[in-house]
Amino acid sequence: MKTAENIFIYIAVMALVTYLIRMLPLVIFRKKIENRFIRSFLYYIPYAVLAAMTFPAVFSSTGSVWSAVAGLIVALLLAFFEKGLLTVALSSCAAVFVIELLMKFIS
Amino acid sequence: MTEFQNSFKKGLKDGLPIALGYLSVSFTFGMMAVEGGLPVFTAVLISMTNLTSAGQFAGLDLILAGGAYLEMALTQFVINIRYALMSVSLSQKLHKSVNLLDRFLIAFSNTDEIFAVASGQKGEVGKKYMYGLALLPIVGWTLGTLIGAAASTVLPLSVRSALGIAIYGMFIAIFIPPAKHNKTVAVVVILSAALSICFKYIPGLCKVSSGFVIIICAVLSATVGALLKPVKEDEANENG
Repeated sequence: MKTAENIFIYIAVMALVTYLIRMLPLVIFRKKIENRFIRSFLYYIPYAVLAAMTFPAVFSSTGSVWSAVAGLIVALLLAFFEKGLLTVALSSCAAVFVIELLMKFIS
Repeated sequence: MTEFQNSFKKGLKDGLPIALGYLSVSFTFGMMAVEGGLPVFTAVLISMTNLTSAGQFAGLDLILAGGAYLEMALTQFVINIRYALMSVSLSQKLHKSVNLLDRFLIAFSNTDEIFAVASGQKGEVGKKYMYGLALLPIVGWTLGTLIGAAASTVLPLSVRSALGIAIYGMFIAIFIPPAKHNKTVAVVVILSAALSICFKYIPGLCKVSSGFVIIICAVLSATVGALLKPVKEDEANENG
């Protein structure tokens, strides 16, 4: 454990590094990039980032793998039928809640 | 012509599910910080100034262990470097009316989730939409930390567990519809997910830090997508 001043230096270092990483590209790339390959690459990036962040992390996001799988299935189905963000997210939470409740009953 | 999303209200509405997901994650962060011995206001200060999940948890470990400042800087760099990729992508999504000062401010709130939702908009996005989108998640992240730090038993465990999946439900709602309509997007999504799973379970590969894993998976699969099917001139901003 460190002294109070040290904690503020730690927080300042954390915040500064994180902010610079986010800020520099946004300020440097102000013009539209013309290169077709780079434009295509950047078009696919958000989907690739989201998929990599979702799998396999989603399986350990709740109290048990089974409730996570139930939540995942509900989310995939509703998203396939193009429901809104809030609907998909909350229905997925509800599925997890119900499955965990059932699991408590059974065990 | 390219569409332009710049409604503050639409931003607020889209930010609500992000804020809800953040509540449970930041709640855990606040709880852990106080259990580790940090004062409540320092935990809140970390959340207000950093607005990032993985980076804060790793940072907290380092603070509690008394790590070196350079180690802190490097850890944050490795875990958060993925944001640079997202900021490059977001820079191409912002409408030309978004000036330099706005970019300095918007950069602060470019989290995984805010980036994801902004990317999911059709056409370009303006500053009003971006500010609306960022507001509730920032409040949720800070408030969740405060509640978690102040009283760790407010939300029952069952509710916290259920809220844990909210963020992923949202991600899925963003990438499934375009994957359904565009085969190349589907290939990119499946490839990226498969690579990410490999990094988690294959011995050796699982030692790579999570920040780098996301970059490697995303860069590889987006490159495959760009090679398979380069987008047409106007299409690059028509996500969704």
